[in-house]
Amino acid sequence: MMKLPEKIEQQVEEFAKEKKMTPDKKKKLHEEVMTAYKMMLYSPEEAIGIIAAQSLSEPATQMTMRTYHFAGTAGIQVTLGLPRILEIFDAKKEPETPAMTIYIDKKHQTEPKVTHIAEMIKEVKLKDVVTTSIMDVINMVVKFRLNDEKIKRLEIDIKKVSSKIKIKNIEIGVQGKDLVVTSKKENINIHKLRYKILESHVSGIKNISQVIIQKDEFDEWVIHTLGSNLKKVCEIEGVDGTRTTTNNIFEIKEVFGIEAARNAIIKEAMHTIEEQGLGVDIRYVMLLADIMTFNEKIMGIGRYGIAGHKHSIIARASFEETKKHLIDAAVKGLKDDLSGSVENIIMNKVAPMGTGSFTLIGSLPKVPSEIKKEYEKIEKEMTKRREEVEAERLKVLEEQKQAEKVAEEPKAELLTEEPKTEKQKEEKAAKKTEKKAKVGEKTKKEPKTRIAKKKPATEKAKKSASSETKKKKK
Amino acid sequence: MTSNINSLEFGILNPEMVRQMATIRIVTSDLYDADGYPVDGGVMDSRMGVIDPGMRCRTCGGNIDQCKGHFGYLELAKPVVHVLFIKVVYSLIKCTCQKCGRILTKSEKIGLEKLAKNIPAKCPYCDAQQKKVVFIKPYTFNLGKDEFDSEKVREMFEKIPDEDLKKIKFRGGRPEWLVLTLLPVSPVNTRPSITLETGERSEDDLTHKLVDIVRINQSLRENIDIGAPEFIINDLWELVQYHVSTLFDNELTGIPQARHRSGRPLRGMIQRLKGKEGRIRGNLLGKRVNFSARTVISPDPMLSVNEVGVPEEVASELTIPEHVTPLNIEVVKNMILTGKVNYVLRPDGRKIKVTDDNRNDLIRLIDKGWIIERKLKDGDVVLFNRQPSLHKVSIMAHYAVVMPYKTFRMNPSVCPPYNADFDGDEMNLHALQTQEARTEASLLMDVKHNIISPKFGGSLVGLDLDQVTGIYMLTKNGVEFTPEEAADMLASAGIDAELPNKKKITGKDLASIPIPKEINMKFKANICRQCAKCVGEDCKNEGMVVIKKGQLISGVLDKTAIGAFKGKIINKINTLGDDEQLKNFIDVMGRLGTAYLMKRGLTIGISDIDLSKSVMNDIQKDIQDAVSKANKLISKYNEGSIRALPGMTAKESLEAQMLNTLAGGLNEVSKIVVKNISYSDIIAMTESGAKGSNINTTQMAACVGSETILGERIQRGYMGRTLPHFEVGDLSAASHGFVARGFKEGLLPYEFFWNLMNGREGLMDKSLRTRKSGYMQRRLINSLQDLKVFDDMTVRGSNGEIIQFFAGEDGIDPSKSDWGKLEWQNYITVG
Ligand SMILES: [Mg+2]
Ligand SMILES: [Zn+2]
Ligand SMILES: [Zn+2]
Ligand SMILES: [Zn+2]
Repeated sequence: MMKLPEKIEQQVEEFAKEKKMTPDKKKKLHEEVMTAYKMMLYSPEEAIGIIAAQSLSEPATQMTMRTYHFAGTAGIQVTLGLPRILEIFDAKKEPETPAMTIYIDKKHQTEPKVTHIAEMIKEVKLKDVVTTSIMDVINMVVKFRLNDEKIKRLEIDIKKVSSKIKIKNIEIGVQGKDLVVTSKKENINIHKLRYKILESHVSGIKNISQVIIQKDEFDEWVIHTLGSNLKKVCEIEGVDGTRTTTNNIFEIKEVFGIEAARNAIIKEAMHTIEEQGLGVDIRYVMLLADIMTFNEKIMGIGRYGIAGHKHSIIARASFEETKKHLIDAAVKGLKDDLSGSVENIIMNKVAPMGTGSFTLIGSLPKVPSEIKKEYEKIEKEMTKRREEVEAERLKVLEEQKQAEKVAEEPKAELLTEEPKTEKQKEEKAAKKTEKKAKVGEKTKKEPKTRIAKKKPATEKAKKSASSETKKKKK
Repeated sequence: MTSNINSLEFGILNPEMVRQMATIRIVTSDLYDADGYPVDGGVMDSRMGVIDPGMRCRTCGGNIDQCKGHFGYLELAKPVVHVLFIKVVYSLIKCTCQKCGRILTKSEKIGLEKLAKNIPAKCPYCDAQQKKVVFIKPYTFNLGKDEFDSEKVREMFEKIPDEDLKKIKFRGGRPEWLVLTLLPVSPVNTRPSITLETGERSEDDLTHKLVDIVRINQSLRENIDIGAPEFIINDLWELVQYHVSTLFDNELTGIPQARHRSGRPLRGMIQRLKGKEGRIRGNLLGKRVNFSARTVISPDPMLSVNEVGVPEEVASELTIPEHVTPLNIEVVKNMILTGKVNYVLRPDGRKIKVTDDNRNDLIRLIDKGWIIERKLKDGDVVLFNRQPSLHKVSIMAHYAVVMPYKTFRMNPSVCPPYNADFDGDEMNLHALQTQEARTEASLLMDVKHNIISPKFGGSLVGLDLDQVTGIYMLTKNGVEFTPEEAADMLASAGIDAELPNKKKITGKDLASIPIPKEINMKFKANICRQCAKCVGEDCKNEGMVVIKKGQLISGVLDKTAIGAFKGKIINKINTLGDDEQLKNFIDVMGRLGTAYLMKRGLTIGISDIDLSKSVMNDIQKDIQDAVSKANKLISKYNEGSIRALPGMTAKESLEAQMLNTLAGGLNEVSKIVVKNISYSDIIAMTESGAKGSNINTTQMAACVGSETILGERIQRGYMGRTLPHFEVGDLSAASHGFVARGFKEGLLPYEFFWNLMNGREGLMDKSLRTRKSGYMQRRLINSLQDLKVFDDMTVRGSNGEIIQFFAGEDGIDPSKSDWGKLEWQNYITVG
């Protein structure tokens, strides 16, 4: 028993209530909506995959190549357009511009609190809290004067800073407000060392390089970031982990699982397409997201993803890396059962989709006997003709075998591979010309059956120049 | 000859099999004797098939069409490694005990590759220490420091027991077969030679390669027989290995490519198979076809959307086979007499061209069971296609209408699905050859069944350009005709309809003729200004369209109502479920629009975009305002007091704000232009949504605005400046792409240059985009092509794997939907 989609079911119920319908009338309403719904269902054997692929790639030709775009007024530049679509469909591990939208729970919805959270999230490098630094080239010592106020606000424990700087062969000490770094090794470039130390991560979340706090359309404070680390951000107090999200699909998969990743793919792809002012039915994006994730892991669409992991050897070989797939199949002794579309096209068969999945099983109306007789006669004639052609072939073969028998001796010699005497060579040549003549005679009588469509001469020459066989099946 | 392949098995060719499937053994490197006949035992031996018409195969007796070719084989004097399997060979050598020949693992079921990455130092069976295997590309192996030649490889592989092979999933045959002792020689007709005009024979690349192999193999054998020094033998052996390897694959890394005398690399077997022009993608997945035609397209609004005008020249060349039966024999005879048949096929398959000389004889001879190939005529189903074929509606079925002149004619309303225009576009036409194909084409591919796009559920076919302008102008208030005028116009549009019994017939009355009586709608037209307070039907812009019982009561019909991609009325008529009716609506509407436009005339001129002096002054003021605002930003930046936007440097902030300021200025200008420009046909075109926008009008009349490269102001050019017209370090609007004039006034030289830079960027972006998205399409299609909806509404792949449990989650096919939704209110009669 078919059911209406939930949403429509609800609408219909409400409609019936509003109009105060009697149960009978309501039943009729239901039936009518059901009929309309059934008319809209996919036909069995519909090649939904190809339609989806076409529907997704046709708008892509109209997308801009421009990499950067301002995402609203937030001031964070994120990749959009065709490059972003490729990124999603290829299942790139890391987006070119990872970005997060962080929601804050109700308790922290004040500007100072949100600002504080934002500051906790943003990666702080040592250079962000250092006011000045002094280099002592003789003793190989670098002194960093730290900004007291900043350190307090960011809740950085100055003693722990030393453990955060992970550079070999140095010693870090604290002198009052200063951080003193001594190199244990001599003869090193102290400028480089200073730079390295300044670039070290001290607090906040790694890779989150920009944070912007903003009020969204629902008058709620949100934090936008450039750089992403979903797991760590969700652990911060005040962050609403249930709504916080990232454009890094793999992170979503790590934290929330594959179903969430599927939803993220749909959301990101639809957003990118719609942002370009293009319209694609969401069902196709869902289908793509489903095939990308149905294997528990996120697979891209390319040769290392879905297209390269298909079940059919021929389908894989016809896509890319032909050699690799054929050789692999040979070693493993694999079998291709030709169940897909490309395989059948290659075998000159109808692909098992759409009308190709069906055959007629009904019988034709009865043919009048005189017409039937006519056709039987024609059929007989044609069979006779076919037999004649076959007989002729066998006759020629027989004649050749005869000729060959006469030339038996030289043939035997051939197999043992020996120098031939002049006399034998002459003999052989003579026999051969004789034989050729016979064959030629025969073929002259043979009516040419290849009148059909011959390509113009130039075309033919061009084709044969590529020195490939082009055999016509008759 | 038909055969049916149900499955394909892959494996490694067994030498025994090579011998069995061969008809001859190749013994000589000679190709032809002095008379030009193939030498027996050579690689062109006529027992391996025929390539000359008129010759007969000496194995099967067949001629060029009948003989499928027969293999030969060559006995190699010393074995060589099969280079295509070299990685497998390498892994196998690593994984095999160098002493006892067992696979170096005791665990069951481990992949060869996986094992090769982590091999034990000692054999788990005989405890023998394993030497390090070194692989030198492309086909040499060393064991420790000693060379490990193919003979030794073969000996090693022979020792591997079958049960060990099972462990590493090696099921394609015996590993020693990967070292070739016999080389199969492919049939002659897989490598046909061609005769040049000079009478010289030019052999195929494979033949050249085979000749080399046979010759060197022969001299290797001779040298072995006479006991030549080892280095000579090894050199020759290496050479055989090289030639056999390049026969298989001529793109190996580590060795030079084998080349033709002309320097062109030879095409090995792998090169024949792979790539776009290779056997698989070039010959098996895409084939050349007959019965097709290609020419330029041009518009003909009098044709139906599912018709195509075919030039007489094309129609007389394309044929459709028709069986002669007792029922049609007289018709056929008449057709032959009147020259409507090009060929007749006798029951024995012989094809005869109908000429003036044999016409009468053929009429006498022709009988039931013959097949005629008649010329294309009106009403034949043909396929019509425009490349690039990006989606399924790039090929649709049309009904042929034979016409004079040399172009294909089509209704401009079908341009959107093909993405065609008439600036020289060419399209292809295919005449269908079987009844099955014709039936499927008319039931599935007919334009009328493809009006609603599966992509978004909206209409793909619909009125376009002038047709929209025509209907828009026709449906404006105040357009009136006398019954005579109206009848005249309908007649010229080929519309057969009853006129309302009125003295004055309005344009709205005429536009109501094609709308079915069942239609009741109310929607906002394209022209709607989205006024804060909508007054509905009383809107002075006629922005509210009201249709009651198929009668247009108020509002203008424009792009939103009848256009391609948007057409609300088109989607509404589609809910009635009659494709023929929908097609007729588009046809008649299109003709009506064209007819009215022909009667009224549509003209544009330079004075259409004239603005009064005071308005021009206002515009100048606005532009000046924007520029001075921009200058203020620059001076702020120079002082260092510019407000930095989050995440940006001062310079970046300046650039962003400059762009915003100038865009804001242009926006103001645009408002003034739109408000003050006098009504003309240009405005009618933009208002109706037929073509153009307010931006276009503004750019023509007043100001072009900022030209950008990669979304930024123009920065490139000379050191520190964009053009020599400016000083170094100039940050002003004008020096970085701002065009302060309109096209009517004319651009300054540097402004003209900015405009061209922007235009060139567009071209480059387009070509880059088509390439990237083309590849993406190929990958997408390859990933999704096997998915189909099963009877139980699941979506599954070719292996039966379930991708979706209910297609699209709600089972609704967008191409049957209303914009992807079930608008159930449209389908109910109760309530
Ligand atoms: Mg064009
Ligand atoms: Zn043969
Ligand atoms: Zn061993
Ligand atoms: Zn309005």
